Amino acid sequence: MAQEQKQPRRSSEDRTAETTEAESAERKDQLDEDIDAILDEIDEVLESNAEDFVKSFIQKGGQ
Amino acid sequence: MSVRRVMGTETEFGISVQGQPTANPMVASSQVVNAYALSVLRARRARWDFEEESPLRDARGFDVSREVADPSQLTDEDLGLANVILTNGARLYVDHAHPEYSTPECTNPRDVVRWDKAGELVMQDACRFAAAVPSAAPIVLYKNNTDNKGASYGAHENYLMRRSTPFGDIVRHLTPFFVSRQVVTGAGRVGRGQDGREDDFQVSQRADYFEVEVGLETTLKRPIINTRDEPHADPERYRRLHVIIGDANLSEISGYLKVGTTSLVLSMIEDGFITRELGVEQPVRSLRAVSHDPTLKHQLTLHDGRRLTAVQLQLEYLDLARKYVEDKYGADADEQTRDVLARWESVLTRLETDPLLCARELDWVAKLTLLNRYRDRDGLEWSDAKLHLVDLQYADIRPGRGLYNKLVAMGQVERLLTDEEIAAAVHQPPPDTRAYFRGRCLEKYAERIAAASWDSVIFDLPGRDSLQRVPTIDPLRGSRAHVGELLDRCETAEQLFEALTRP
Repeated sequence: MAQEQKQPRRSSEDRTAETTEAESAERKDQLDEDIDAILDEIDEVLESNAEDFVKSFIQKGGQ
Repeated sequence: MSVRRVMGTETEFGISVQGQPTANPMVASSQVVNAYALSVLRARRARWDFEEESPLRDARGFDVSREVADPSQLTDEDLGLANVILTNGARLYVDHAHPEYSTPECTNPRDVVRWDKAGELVMQDACRFAAAVPSAAPIVLYKNNTDNKGASYGAHENYLMRRSTPFGDIVRHLTPFFVSRQVVTGAGRVGRGQDGREDDFQVSQRADYFEVEVGLETTLKRPIINTRDEPHADPERYRRLHVIIGDANLSEISGYLKVGTTSLVLSMIEDGFITRELGVEQPVRSLRAVSHDPTLKHQLTLHDGRRLTAVQLQLEYLDLARKYVEDKYGADADEQTRDVLARWESVLTRLETDPLLCARELDWVAKLTLLNRYRDRDGLEWSDAKLHLVDLQYADIRPGRGLYNKLVAMGQVERLLTDEEIAAAVHQPPPDTRAYFRGRCLEKYAERIAAASWDSVIFDLPGRDSLQRVPTIDPLRGSRAHVGELLDRCETAEQLFEALTRP
């Protein structure tokens, strides 16, 4: 009971700020998940031996 | 004029034969072009007609003698390399050691992008046809501009301009524009220096390969302003400004803004509208400094002492262009001109706040965003081969493998065009230039066409000893409005030729 009284009363503004924070954290998590999904898909098509591939990409000069 | 004028692009693609790094790129390029020609073009293959080509004519008013010209500057001699004209009015050929696609002549930036993207589909088909030959090793093409080992190859733009505009005005007002426009048009590159010896990201593929301010060369000592003067139109009235400083764009928005804003700036130069001093000190060095700072904070020094970032310098051109369009057209400005202005402003505003906000629109930002994600997730340094691979594979033109194309498939990229519009442009010419006449003739009378070029179609008609050349010197004649009905009506090349030459 006494403990409960120590809890500061929250104003509605605080609650709004907290909700927004939570929402934006959620959005960020969602974004990170999206990014992970994108990288996973890209990983699947990337040439397998990066070092060899990059080394052997040799062009003649053009215009 | 506005963003509208006769213009087009030419792109040299990087080429690799899978599993054969030492394969001869000229041979491989010929295989690609020939495979397309054999599979797609009916009947006889029309030769390219070199009669009107003069690559050594200089816009400053003199000819370079052939003895002093570098052999790589000679493009007008038929070296026996593959060279064909397509039914969409484009040219597909081998230039130096790369397959190259030149769009047909277009009249607006949206069409330039449409026929430029159609070129990627042509090249995809060409690779597929080449791979169908038994025992052929697969060939992969890249729409980029460097191998990061010292070699660069071009993605050029061509703009028809009034002959009466003094060339000095073009150099003066276009140089600062070209130094700064890479923040919008750059394709991004992992590596610095011509041979990529420094590990870091930069905005442009091409910036490190430019060494002088003005000149005729395109393969060595590359100039910011190229002076080749070969109008493929009445030389008394027109010059063709040959722009060699651009990056090859995969992004439709990057390409659209590249051509649209440049055309608009050229209009202002032709009309003497730019009276503001925007000249930058040390343009060649500044070009590289802008490219080497993807935060876009680098400050350029102007001749008048002002210090502006490349984005701020672009905003000066945008401000002038807004006033110019308002002065000249007011509410009557055409839709594309208004659209180019609005998108240009939107992109520049975001680039000033945070360049990464343009990841859905601009090639260099899309590429950098992808690279940053790999760096974050896997803790990679710029020297890591995987980041170099991402840079190269971004430009792989295959739909299932190219990373730009993967981003499109995942809905990560803003589009300007539909897939259907681009696919149709593989076979159809633009309706409003002489490319319409050229393309339709190739489509309908292929067996009677001996050769063609930008400024002619040459017929080989039964019963006539000599070839019959139909000149197409005016880029705006030969459109659907001029000859559409005639081409529909004439069943044979003989009928067409008679109708064209009847007094």
